[in-house]
Amino acid sequence: MRSSALLAAALLALVALLPLSGDAYWLRLGTTMLMYGVLAMSWNFIGGMAGYPSFASAAFFGLGAYAGAVAQKFGVPMGLAWVCAGGAALAFAALLGLALLRLRGHYFAIASLVVAEVLRELVNSATDLTGGGMGLNLPVPHDATVASQAQFFFYSMLGLAAITFTAMLLTTHSKLGFGLRCIQQNEAAADMLGVNTTLYKVAAFMLSGAFAGAAGALYASWVHYIEPPDVFDVLYSIKAIVMVLLGGAGSVFGPLFGAAIFLSLEELVWRNYLQVHTGVLGLMIVLLVLFLPKGVFARAVPRTRKKP
Amino acid sequence: MLSLQIFANGLVLGGLYACIAAGFSLVWGVLNIINILHGSFIVLGGYLAYYAYAKLGIHPFLSILIAAPLFFALGYALQRALINRMIAAPVLLTLSLTFGLDLMLSNGMLFAFTADFKKLTLDPPLGVLSLSGIVLPVDRLFAMLLALGLTGLLYLVLSRSRIGRAIVAVRMDREAAALMGVNVKRIYAVTFGVGALMAGASGPLLAMIFPISPLSGPAYLGKAFVICVLGGLGSVPGAMIGGLALGVVESFGGLWFGPEHAVTLSFTLLILMLLFRPTGLLGRAGYS
Repeated sequence: MRSSALLAAALLALVALLPLSGDAYWLRLGTTMLMYGVLAMSWNFIGGMAGYPSFASAAFFGLGAYAGAVAQKFGVPMGLAWVCAGGAALAFAALLGLALLRLRGHYFAIASLVVAEVLRELVNSATDLTGGGMGLNLPVPHDATVASQAQFFFYSMLGLAAITFTAMLLTTHSKLGFGLRCIQQNEAAADMLGVNTTLYKVAAFMLSGAFAGAAGALYASWVHYIEPPDVFDVLYSIKAIVMVLLGGAGSVFGPLFGAAIFLSLEELVWRNYLQVHTGVLGLMIVLLVLFLPKGVFARAVPRTRKKP
Repeated sequence: MLSLQIFANGLVLGGLYACIAAGFSLVWGVLNIINILHGSFIVLGGYLAYYAYAKLGIHPFLSILIAAPLFFALGYALQRALINRMIAAPVLLTLSLTFGLDLMLSNGMLFAFTADFKKLTLDPPLGVLSLSGIVLPVDRLFAMLLALGLTGLLYLVLSRSRIGRAIVAVRMDREAAALMGVNVKRIYAVTFGVGALMAGASGPLLAMIFPISPLSGPAYLGKAFVICVLGGLGSVPGAMIGGLALGVVESFGGLWFGPEHAVTLSFTLLILMLLFRPTGLLGRAGYS
């Protein structure tokens, strides 16, 4: 645990130097990478540790974005609004988890996938509060230059990533993390041995929701304008999963490395194939699943053939 | 009178929903794979009907005959080439695989057909049928009858034909079926092909009623999923009952809560069903 923490601190310090390059493009890319890292790490709580195929990241992200934006609309200061957004997503995840986490496999996966659609519909129709399909503008600080704002959001996202990583590291080495790994391996057996599976799963889901929600709120403040199809985009869910798969599920650094690799690939694709970038993203996913299902760091693992 | 009309609308819609869900339910039940591509297959079938009618003047009901073999071949090839390799993998991987394929297909359609809505309008129109105060457009009625006919045909194939019995056998017990000389991999490919065929064939039917857009795939997929949960997974009668039920519920829901809440309504229904009656309305699992 100590070596992981030291390595993470070194990484953090290295990334914190990025604004010194003075290049706005790299700063934007860095902020996006940190946001992706938070999304991947937040998914790791429920997907990597407990092994539940959650597609709810987009729902938490969008909910957090709107919670933060609406809170700021009512005059809550920005930093506090982010905390509120994380709390709102945490509470929502608790309620949702109590219902959905009784399901397993495909049922859980698809039910969690639909949540984002439902929230999008609700946000779309609550025009008074959220602006509906017109979207919502967020306050822009008057006294800040564009460059200093970019730096501010980069460091904020870095802070959130550091908090998320710390939470993940602590969880991994705690009773909760142990219980979640038991649930992943054999939920019925874990239950028999006295692991309170419902409590543990809901706790993992809440952690997942809180950090994804906070990332959504930061994103909303960063881009100053959100609309339902943008923040409730199902691609956020799929990207979080792909990043963790890329880096290796369940490991501590996996999500971060996965996010870095994924963003590099995405940026290359986005720049060169603007018209077909989701298609190329799809191709990447297909190739990843077919050839590297254990992530890029898994070396030639002997193929264990389970009976179909 | 109004509620009778709404009920009739719901049944017409539900017949089409049954056809959407039957193939999805079959693939899920037999292969234990959620085919995210299903929605995009439906949309692609819709485009096929649209262009066949606009360019060649082929009636959409007839274009089903073109769509069926094409989609069967597409599904068969996909399963043989890619999905069979992942059939034993965890849920997350098989889901990601079909998700990736779906991203490719929907992006391809967006590229080829643009995001503009296309509407297939028959010329001359078939008119409306008025039965003691209930008004039904004839094209919708025919589309529903054809959809129910296709679903019934699938039921017959599964219960009567040799290949259908083999599919049912694989669903019931894979090992035993293999021991009885069933080529399981081939049956998987045939099943996926049939699932794609049902999706591709319901495309033209839906195109008669709804505008076609590359972005409506996920909506159809969501409906197919809800219907499977409503009716019970993996049976044709289940898909039929679930489809009709969802059609009626959506029609009345549109009247009471407003049509913009359709997804919320069906999701609420989904959660309630999963929590209180996970085996579905028919209450039994398996193909019979």
